[in-house]
Amino acid sequence: MKALFSVTFAVAGRQLRRFFGNITFLAPAAFPVFFFAAFAGGLSRVGDVPGFEFAAGYTAFQFVWALLQAVAMGGAFTGFAIAGDFESGFARRFLIAAPNRGGIILGYVFASLVRTTFTGSLVFIVAIIAGMEILGSGVDLFGLVGLALVVNVAATLFGCGVAMLLRTQQAGPLIQTPIFMLLFLAPVYVPLELLEGWLEMVASLNPLTAIITTGRSFIAGDPTGVPTAFLTAFSLVAVFLIWAYLGLRSAERSG
Amino acid sequence: MDSSLFTQISVLSRRSVVRTLRQPAMVIPSLIFPMMLLAVNAGGLTSATELPGFPADTYLDFAFAFPLMQSAMFGATLAGSEFARDIENGFLNRLALTPMSPAALLAGLLSGVIALALIQAAVFLTVGLVIGVDIKSGFLGVPVLVALSVLTSLGFGCLGTILALRTGSGEAVQSFFPLFFVGIFFSSISLPRELLGGGWFEAVATVNPVSYLVEGMRSLVITGWDAQALALGFGFAVALFAAGLFGASISMRTRMERT
Repeated sequence: MKALFSVTFAVAGRQLRRFFGNITFLAPAAFPVFFFAAFAGGLSRVGDVPGFEFAAGYTAFQFVWALLQAVAMGGAFTGFAIAGDFESGFARRFLIAAPNRGGIILGYVFASLVRTTFTGSLVFIVAIIAGMEILGSGVDLFGLVGLALVVNVAATLFGCGVAMLLRTQQAGPLIQTPIFMLLFLAPVYVPLELLEGWLEMVASLNPLTAIITTGRSFIAGDPTGVPTAFLTAFSLVAVFLIWAYLGLRSAERSG
Repeated sequence: MDSSLFTQISVLSRRSVVRTLRQPAMVIPSLIFPMMLLAVNAGGLTSATELPGFPADTYLDFAFAFPLMQSAMFGATLAGSEFARDIENGFLNRLALTPMSPAALLAGLLSGVIALALIQAAVFLTVGLVIGVDIKSGFLGVPVLVALSVLTSLGFGCLGTILALRTGSGEAVQSFFPLFFVGIFFSSISLPRELLGGGWFEAVATVNPVSYLVEGMRSLVITGWDAQALALGFGFAVALFAAGLFGASISMRTRMERT
């Protein structure tokens, strides 16, 4: 156990120093803020569409999507960093030196959580400045944050698995594109009930839909579908944990 | 135009077009991503047509300008990255030792942008018509739509070229990609300006030239022949192209002096 945590903190510490030690860390944080401003600002009248009922208003409606985008893309960017570590040869040295290699995955996840707390907070501050209304209680907000963190862990494990399997930064689009697609094939602009045609069908099957819908209900102060959302999020973590371990085994085999 | 300059332009144009077409990794995403985003937006914002004053029958018609605008952005990135590659691998240095005219180099480079813009416009129009986009300006509106789209691509292509000449790095050009994206999203691309709510976003969209480019293209699809929208659209496209060309020429001169 001691070996596991020493590796975890070593990997996480290095990742965080690299992340916060370079001003370019702000670039990935800018994307969710940009999407939030573009959608909450440019589409605010969509909140007036007949049948659109969201008590906290369109800004809050879009905030939840932007927050989940920030945490999910935070996981993807950690995947890029892992791929970069393999390309530079650092990860191989780490594989040789680590007494418990599970700690490597855990370290990346821990660093991603800290990183995503920063980007998520940035989106939250921008949303508050933009006049977002929060009808949920502290417990509801705690639920929303918890859900976001679980999504971050799932996305990080997914990115970790792809990066360790392919061990090249060219894997970037393979990490980013599925996450981006899942995010956009959810009810981004309007609730699920107002979607029509093929998008409604795809969104109904998209695991992120349940998470986003519950996230929005938290901020509106009327939590619904909480067990389903958390069960979905934890299921994603379980699946991608196996995926990340498969990636780690593949990296080990490659020498 | 003297024959030597014509030969230079045709050789460099051919190189640029062939190089573009030989890179499916560059061409295919520029065709797929705009259509995917169109599909997602058209599906997700169908209910926006129920807003009082919404100017189109379907959101698909309204949003059809989106892939054309996004393809212009791809044109900028393509021109910039390709030129940056020429700078990075020393091709420009070798060209500088020849009596080649900088104007020929610029024209040749922009030919690749035109080729890509024409392919994109042809694909988007074909797919659009198949999935039910109704172009109100009719058959004659199609070449006008393509012309505005290509002109817009050329304008953005010049911006990409300026970035390449100033930075000499493909990575630096790529890093400006989100900025072009911001330009598109902070315009009237998703809703008409009258429905933007009157706040800060409407103010930004009103001063953003991209809004007028989008509205020019969109007018051909959802209105028919709207002289004002077309005049503004073509006016801004020509202005963007002229300013971009001027900036690229200055940057080219500076770069050639340095080379």
